[in-house]
Amino acid sequence: MTVNVLSPGLLTTIQDMGRPGYYHLGIPIGGAMDRMALRCANLLVGNDENAAGLEAVFTGPELEFNGEATVAVTGAELPPKLDGEPMACWASFKVRAGQVLSFDYLRTGARAYIAISGGIDTPKSLGSRSTYAIGALGGIDGRALAAGDILPLGEATGGAEGREVPSELRRSPGNPAALRVLPGLYWHRITEASGERFFEETWKVAGEADRMGYRFQGGTPLEFIDREPPFGAGSDPSNITDACYPYGSIQVPGGTEPIVLHRDAVSGGGYFMIGTIIAADMDLIGQLQPHTQTRFIKTDMHGALAARKDRSRTLNAIREMLSE
Amino acid sequence: MTSRYSFGGDEHIFVEVSEDMSLEAFFKSLSITNAVRDAAIKGVTEICPANASFQIKFDPDIIHPDDLMTELKRIEETAEHAAAVLETRIIEIPVYYQDPWTNETLMRFRERHQDPNSTDIEYAAEINGFANVDEFIAAHSGSPWFVSMVGFVAGLPFLYQMVDRPRQIQVPKYLRPRTDTPKLTVGYGGCFSCIYSVRGAGGYQMFGITPMPIYDPEQEVTYLKDFMVFFKPGDIVKWKPITREEYDQAVADVETGRFMPRMKEVVFSLEEFNRDIDGTNAKLLEALNDR
Repeated sequence: MTVNVLSPGLLTTIQDMGRPGYYHLGIPIGGAMDRMALRCANLLVGNDENAAGLEAVFTGPELEFNGEATVAVTGAELPPKLDGEPMACWASFKVRAGQVLSFDYLRTGARAYIAISGGIDTPKSLGSRSTYAIGALGGIDGRALAAGDILPLGEATGGAEGREVPSELRRSPGNPAALRVLPGLYWHRITEASGERFFEETWKVAGEADRMGYRFQGGTPLEFIDREPPFGAGSDPSNITDACYPYGSIQVPGGTEPIVLHRDAVSGGGYFMIGTIIAADMDLIGQLQPHTQTRFIKTDMHGALAARKDRSRTLNAIREMLSE
Repeated sequence: MTSRYSFGGDEHIFVEVSEDMSLEAFFKSLSITNAVRDAAIKGVTEICPANASFQIKFDPDIIHPDDLMTELKRIEETAEHAAAVLETRIIEIPVYYQDPWTNETLMRFRERHQDPNSTDIEYAAEINGFANVDEFIAAHSGSPWFVSMVGFVAGLPFLYQMVDRPRQIQVPKYLRPRTDTPKLTVGYGGCFSCIYSVRGAGGYQMFGITPMPIYDPEQEVTYLKDFMVFFKPGDIVKWKPITREEYDQAVADVETGRFMPRMKEVVFSLEEFNRDIDGTNAKLLEALNDR
């Protein structure tokens, strides 16, 4: 079975759960920015949770089906249409050969996930089908979808139409968005007052917000504690001897605009970091549009692990419900 | 050197071996990360050595963050006493300094640079006290360099100059990063040289370009058929200045599969190096040029 890409949308990429194990060579884990949403889409159509689907940013693609399939769209509220007929988000529906899947305009969120029964079956690169465009890896020739592409699909193993993930089991970032942070890394480089202010102020997602990282604006520049620059770091107070960057780490070049690194992170560099977004909140970032008001919420390891448990309880509830 | 441990969220432990860059800090980071790899700790998913630090990614559902922290500190104690000897390779990397492509790019981003009236290499030569660019190139390409980290983007090496500190070149990064850098640009920031493996954003000063691909996801380049990334931490590099004609020839040779980087197996001892830097480097270059 195959699907024809009639139009790709603004930026639609093939993503799965990523390629761990190569970060030490600068190749990031990649994969769906909102992992929970892709897992749900896959579960809805009867796929393995790690199967490859499509991640569509802001606008959807137009896809023509060459055979029968079950489809689900999750994540951002980007309502699907089948031959022009509106379909529900977060629910599975049947598509017949010859039908065209398109999308209405974006209501909320930033990234929609489209799962098709059987999963997208492009060749794996370093163990994953995820598109890492900077390194031209995965996807189709290492790039986003283009009109005329033909998506191969795997063998469908199940899945039924009319299944749904109820709204109480979906997470959204809130308004203002709340992202929990574990302070650390080079937190000691800024003054106490500056650190407190970072958490008190409301920030705003900047235009530079993509799979590599999200930039935030609108808060007060950070105040550094004086120091003698370490050899090799560079003279700016925000410079460090180039080091590895954790996923979710918050670097603040020049102390002005925080950048949160995401799934296609640069693996290292010379800017200090004040902490890290907890793993449970990484998915939420993938749904932030530019200009979204955002608060950073201070937490500790206990809070991070509790949030992790919460998230896995939700996922288990969804798994149980959809396996019935 | 007392290492500083910090959690990077609930899935990373970040360890700063030293704030300053030094070969000692790099060797310590490399030996601890090797020991962590050998320990095969359940739940550890990524082991990333960096210049003077390292990072471990883990799954806290498998190993509690505090337990992993304790385990890493224990490993550091034993790894610290390992002899700093490395079996590695020295590779000659051809560089076309002051090439037209990086020059065109740096001219586009002059307003983000410390000195809009000079080129990156002129600026670097001047602030490091060289009389002219030729002298600067002679210094940059004269001594060998250690690959002290691979990262930023796919396969990009950071290189540390193997000379004593007073002779080390230091250049600040751009005031604001560029949004474009040609593929295979030889760059410089802080005390590190680098090779941009792919085209993209960057903040390092641009000195030249190499015709030798170092990252090939298609794995078509002859010497990248086994693995798509060329460099690994611990590699030793010698820059070789080349002309436009040599550059064009090398590009054509890569295209037809005839280009093979010159490289030799060598053993590097940090102790020996510290005793006699120039003598050790001379021996390394001798090994490289031995036919």
